[in-house]
Amino acid sequence: MDTITRRRFLIASGVAGALATGAAAYSLDDILATSGERDDTAKTLVLVTLYGGNDGLNTVIPYADPAYAAARPGMTYEPETILRLDDEFGLNPGLTGLHRLYQDQRLAIVHGVGYPRPNRSHFQSMDIWQTAQPDRPGTTGWLGRWLDTAGGDPRLAISFEPALPPLLAGSGSAGATVPNGKLALPGGLTTATLGNLATAEPGVSPALARAAACFADLMRVQDMMREVEAGAADDETDDGEPPAATATGGAAPPLDKQLALVAKCIEAGAATRVYSVSLGGFDLHADGRDSQKDLLTRLDGPLAAFADRMAGKGVVIAVYSEFGRRVHANASDGTDHGTASHMFLLGDGVAGGRHGEPPSLTDLDDGDLKYTVDFRDVYAGLLADVLASDPEQILDGWTGRLTGILT
Amino acid sequence: MTDRRALAHLLRRLTFGPTPAEVDEAVRAGYDATLDRLLRPAPPPAPPELGPDPVARLADGADREQRREARRAQNDQMAELTRWWLARMTGPGAAEKLTFFWHGHWATSARKVRSAQLMLKQQQTLRRYGTGDTGPLVRAMLRDPALIIWLDGQKNTRRAPNENLARELMELFTLGLGAYTEDDVKAGARVLTGWQIDRATGAAALVAKRHDTRPVRLLGRTGTWDVDSYAGLLVQHDAHLPFLAGRLWARYAAEPGPTPAATARIIAAGRDTTALLRALFQDPEFPGTNGRQVKQPVEWLVGALRQLDVDVAALETRQQQRLVAILRELGQLPLRPPSVGGWPAGNEWLTTSTGLARLRAAQTLAGLAPATADRLTGPDRADTLAALLVVDTWTAGTRAALDSAKDPRQLLAIGLGSPEYAVH
Repeated sequence: MDTITRRRFLIASGVAGALATGAAAYSLDDILATSGERDDTAKTLVLVTLYGGNDGLNTVIPYADPAYAAARPGMTYEPETILRLDDEFGLNPGLTGLHRLYQDQRLAIVHGVGYPRPNRSHFQSMDIWQTAQPDRPGTTGWLGRWLDTAGGDPRLAISFEPALPPLLAGSGSAGATVPNGKLALPGGLTTATLGNLATAEPGVSPALARAAACFADLMRVQDMMREVEAGAADDETDDGEPPAATATGGAAPPLDKQLALVAKCIEAGAATRVYSVSLGGFDLHADGRDSQKDLLTRLDGPLAAFADRMAGKGVVIAVYSEFGRRVHANASDGTDHGTASHMFLLGDGVAGGRHGEPPSLTDLDDGDLKYTVDFRDVYAGLLADVLASDPEQILDGWTGRLTGILT
Repeated sequence: MTDRRALAHLLRRLTFGPTPAEVDEAVRAGYDATLDRLLRPAPPPAPPELGPDPVARLADGADREQRREARRAQNDQMAELTRWWLARMTGPGAAEKLTFFWHGHWATSARKVRSAQLMLKQQQTLRRYGTGDTGPLVRAMLRDPALIIWLDGQKNTRRAPNENLARELMELFTLGLGAYTEDDVKAGARVLTGWQIDRATGAAALVAKRHDTRPVRLLGRTGTWDVDSYAGLLVQHDAHLPFLAGRLWARYAAEPGPTPAATARIIAAGRDTTALLRALFQDPEFPGTNGRQVKQPVEWLVGALRQLDVDVAALETRQQQRLVAILRELGQLPLRPPSVGGWPAGNEWLTTSTGLARLRAAQTLAGLAPATADRLTGPDRADTLAALLVVDTWTAGTRAALDSAKDPRQLLAIGLGSPEYAVH
């Protein structure tokens, strides 16, 4: 969204004045008037987080490299089942949809994405990816800081998980979370009452101020989501649910449901510019090959269908995980925590193909791949080319940028 | 802070949400006496009768349908255990809150463990060892079948070390980041090799031929360790008590903190969880945390159930299931932490969706306590409600929202859904 459109959006929604002075009550009619306020040329970023550390080497497989088979006895796939990209690399057999998109030049694979002095803790590494602050992860996410610069309206950045992913937390604002798209106020509660609860009072603790601000955010999101049908009902049973590995984003609804909600919002012309969705369970220390294929299948189907549905709508999708896995398998036929891995980018304006330099499988850093692309270079491209913002301001002065992928 | 506020603050943090009568009693007894009384060891509750693990009892040749059926029965047992625990949490005292703290600390999920018997066994271990010296606790947890399954301990063998348990043991359970190296993770994994779970009996045992007995260099010393001596090394490590004090502070006091000075005062209490808690609640920085902590969903719900005098154990199963569903919507289902790192803390709970879920849940709760709600009448009904919910004060905005309530039940629901009640 360019500045003029944003200002128009903010004024129309009442954010510019009301929020600055502590969120006076909005009437729903004020908010309704903003429906569909959106620059047709504004692009949308859909960020897909794979929690648990996806094994990159068994996702984009360097099947022609003898060092690969040597490092992964018992964990490699049958050569004929690997979905070939070229003479060097192939995709995991579970990624048939992404393979088709690659062949259509719509999927970009960025090799060797990581950061200096890799951290092998899920939580620390995920913090690093979400804050984009490898030296000392702070308390704001990279897209939360973008939201701060974009006016702070929570409707601009949305997730469908119950808890806010740290990447959407800014210093003065926060993205909104919308579980299953259901946003009807419970019986008897009026918008005026909600407005009262949302009224901030000076001098209260930051926690209390944030609790009140939630209701202000809720009022604004509520109207936008009114346009969007509720998602499918919750599945209360766990029947057939695959066992979760540790360190997953286990609380999120299934990826296809999340992406269906994103698609509905985008098709309804919502003002939202950033959607955060996630899939967990990639921490496969044992019996990794088959479990990973199953998980990647659950990524591939919804993601490819979403990419097809969004074609021509200015949507760019980025997929990442907090780290890859150790090059050498452990003997439980799994892999322990590693470092650099791939990112996937797909959508409108993405130049398909393989980008960046694949890390060597033999010149390792303590058993792990050496990164060749700093993840902030990729973020900078997304911030500049998708969100039309200034990456340097948001990424603490980082000036690197991966070029040639986004137009 | 007045005595009443100080005691309400103490009770809100040390227990699962006090009733006004409990605050009255604490005011009469005084701060230190109340603290002593609540920290006195309580006998562990009699465990629920879950019966045997249906999956463990499956015959070798069980077919697909039998496995499905056993899995379903297993899920039912887990749901029963969850409802039982929720009812336990609404009892008086500080013991179950501490059990819940340790559950979030040694965060193990039923999603992978699957056996309700093993989840219960871990919970009983946390109850038995969670109040005292952390040495026996760590030793017991390293033998805990649910934890071993959760972190792939049974896959960790001499020929094939698996780092999962050793890493999280040091990062999340005992020392914290920065106190150990990647080489320590590898060495620790070797020390922990060889533990196997017998699924039929649910027991953990060390299998000698899978165990690596070679000496390793671990945390700056070279030698041969077993789980007990490794646990000893960890709990005697300089980083252990400050780390634990930080975790206790984050859940019982408020983030950020504690300050280095407060940490020093707290860890002077020594390696005993009850003593650490006493020091935390007597620390001069603790009163300043009043109103600055976001309630976890379990704290929010259990506190409300206690204050509304809802007898959870006496509710119909369907109503109990509704309460569990509330916790799922709020994002915190006991026995199912999202990851080994446990649940989020602080502002991460304060989102548009949890705000809405709290408003919805508040309606359900008000409906469960009609007798309590009906007492909320008269011109000072907002003050009566504040006393009932042990809220220090309402902001002007919330007072206006309460004034708009059409009937006592709606008044109660708005109070439960208010920003003031979301923090403590």
